[in-house]
Amino acid sequence: MNRKTIAIASGKGGTGKTTVSVALALALAERGEEVTLLDADVEEPNDHIFLNVEPPHFEDVGIPTPELIEDLCDGCGDCRTACAFNAITVMGGKALIFNELCHGCGACSLACPPKALREVDRPVGTIDRMEVRGLTFLRGMLKIGEAMGTPIVHRLRKHEAQTGWTIIDAPPGTSCPVIASSRKADALILVTEPTPFGLNDLKLAVGMARALELTFGVIVNRSDLGDREVYAYCENENIPILLEIPFDRHIAEVYARGGTLLEARPDLGEKLVEVAKNLGEARP
Amino acid sequence: MKQIVILSGKGGTGKTTVTASFAALAQNAVLVDADVDAADLHLLLKPENTETHEFSSGQEATIDPERCTACGICRDLCRFDAIDEDFQVDPFACEGCGLCASQCPEGAAVMRPTLSGHWFRSQSEYGPFIHAKLGIAAENSGKLVAVVREEARNDAKAQNRDLILIDGPPGVGCPVIASITGCDLAFVVTEPTKSGLHDLERVVGLAKHFKIPAFATVNKADLDEEMAGKIETACHKNGVKTLGRIPFDPAAVKSVVAGARLVEYSSGAAAMAIRDIWRKLSYELELLDAP
Repeated sequence: MNRKTIAIASGKGGTGKTTVSVALALALAERGEEVTLLDADVEEPNDHIFLNVEPPHFEDVGIPTPELIEDLCDGCGDCRTACAFNAITVMGGKALIFNELCHGCGACSLACPPKALREVDRPVGTIDRMEVRGLTFLRGMLKIGEAMGTPIVHRLRKHEAQTGWTIIDAPPGTSCPVIASSRKADALILVTEPTPFGLNDLKLAVGMARALELTFGVIVNRSDLGDREVYAYCENENIPILLEIPFDRHIAEVYARGGTLLEARPDLGEKLVEVAKNLGEARP
Repeated sequence: MKQIVILSGKGGTGKTTVTASFAALAQNAVLVDADVDAADLHLLLKPENTETHEFSSGQEATIDPERCTACGICRDLCRFDAIDEDFQVDPFACEGCGLCASQCPEGAAVMRPTLSGHWFRSQSEYGPFIHAKLGIAAENSGKLVAVVREEARNDAKAQNRDLILIDGPPGVGCPVIASITGCDLAFVVTEPTKSGLHDLERVVGLAKHFKIPAFATVNKADLDEEMAGKIETACHKNGVKTLGRIPFDPAAVKSVVAGARLVEYSSGAAAMAIRDIWRKLSYELELLDAP
């Protein structure tokens, strides 16, 4: 195997994405595999809690945002017309920029006839990095008050390993940051729980996986709580159930204190590795 | 009219279960599901849908292969790597900025509006319910949240309802910001785990950033009393009042499986705790108006 990227997503939050991601990454590393773990849940990253580290700052992530050179601006409004995100208006004969709406596409500065807009990188988050327990760990983190985590996920994915495994812990939901975390992965694991919420959100996540044309399967966490509807759905849709993790108060207690799944259930390591090896194709 | 948003930072702590119970206890409220990415509140409120509206936001580029001369200008300019070697646009990468369309010398790149999802007006036993469904892999969840909240305000005004109860999304990003801005109060449901603590601190930071008074509860608190205590201490340090704990209760999962509101489904420990919290929260809401 040369390299394989596996993303872990869920639709619903709190189903066990982080638990599975960290356990899988550690289980692979323990077997001598080369592993990079990316915490792409940039709004609420938690992998570091279970690795028991505080990774040091590696780089800032910014969005190139226009800054007005007032003397040059003639208030023509071409920048306002060019901006698809309503991030610029004209007030009192000068352009007025709303930074938090800017996607950093560069259309405004290109459209400005007197070249009155210069781009500056506006920091929206950070990437932290460290080597820990035999793996390379990178964490993306959105600055509080910033709306867009997607640029951080894009930057994080530039650190995908060229050889060996990359495990990506995606955010909950099915929108932009989740897509940025999972698209073009070699395989996707959807973690769910057997409840009506778990099922409803799994359906949305499956819709996303299919739209992105990803190879995917499901891990059912707390598999003995709730009802059987998730299993019926997966059977009807021909979705493989890769692993079931039954509810276990011991797992919950170890988790609460920041312990990993492997500490609570060492036997699951081998199973997770098998799941990862059998799902999707590695790339040269 | 007052607006309360229920948040958590971390997903899966019990926001929707708590919101549905609040909906059953509140009187004269309009209910909103702002978790447009993965909306679940309708599974508990069992509303009757009365209106479905398309939500279109943003646009997407397409390149006409007949007119494209493969000059490469669009590819060089696109900052989202959305145009591949064959000059096909990847709809999942395209942010709809329109730069390619404005700079294409052949007029081959054109922008088309995208259908990003739907929003619904429904009627529940507890009042009007506004919810939405973002399209698969669609963008602009924040704008869709803004739409459902505006519709909820319209309903509240038209029907003289004095409260809007909003089930928020997890995280602290775009849809959460769209859910919290302009609210009178944020109520945070967390759980007694290290992750719960970490995420609570970030979402409380967000509430502070927007100057929204925040209150909190620890759900499933007895799963780890010590951690629950640490979370409450962190709340108090951040100026967040805690309104009691909700104990772990198997009736909670059962009520979700039954599609019911926990406070109506059960008279057990968790249901009682939620009733008590709602009483305190209503009081805090009244205090906001006190001189």
